[in-house]
Amino acid sequence: MINVLFFAQVRELLGCSKLSVEPSAEIHNADTLREHLARKNDKWAKVMASDKLLVAINQELCPWDMVISDGDEIAFFPPVTGG
Amino acid sequence: MLNTSCSTTVRVQQNDFSLADEYEKLNQDQTDGAVVTFIGKVRDFNDGSVVTDLSLEHYPGMTEKVLNDLVADSRHRWPINHVTIIHRVGTMALGEQIVFIGVTSMHRQAAFNACEFLIDFLKTKAPFWKLESTLEGEKWVDARDSDTKTAEQWQ
Repeated sequence: MINVLFFAQVRELLGCSKLSVEPSAEIHNADTLREHLARKNDKWAKVMASDKLLVAINQELCPWDMVISDGDEIAFFPPVTGG
Repeated sequence: MLNTSCSTTVRVQQNDFSLADEYEKLNQDQTDGAVVTFIGKVRDFNDGSVVTDLSLEHYPGMTEKVLNDLVADSRHRWPINHVTIIHRVGTMALGEQIVFIGVTSMHRQAAFNACEFLIDFLKTKAPFWKLESTLEGEKWVDARDSDTKTAEQWQ
């Protein structure tokens, strides 16, 4: 399974902090996972379409074409604002 | 005597911290002629709104990884010795301390530079998010382009 996490505004807008996705040929990188999630409903489509959305694979920020594998932890979140 | 034992301390915690205690822990080596510390605090005004308190969320695991990587990166850039980063999460009132960065080095310039580098990159790379309570309600703090530009100057 692919473990998907959501943080901050993204978590709040979706009303979801985590879910599991069955890996498939269709979901092979961060971008195709995003497209898969966007198909849930209008709310998810809007959040996933944000040009501010960032993605981390196994706790490392990565580009959208980064390949994902079974067992990976994928996190979606907005730009960071700590400090 | 040359440094033989650099140390890195990274903590993400709800509790407050004490500058005096953290300084004492950094103050281990007679080789270090410089100790630079930075503390970030909750302020009462941001982006045109009166702020009443602040909540910080983070990504456990990734946060510690990013902060340790930033310290490793700063060690490649400057001859620094002991480094401490503490970042609080949870809800904080006005005036409370949010973040502590302490860096020791033989000389001040490396310690100043590394401390500034660490806070600049922490603000743009470490997965923390601020939610402000304001008189108009709760508001997620937007990332600032100016913070990104400041961090880019170190590239």
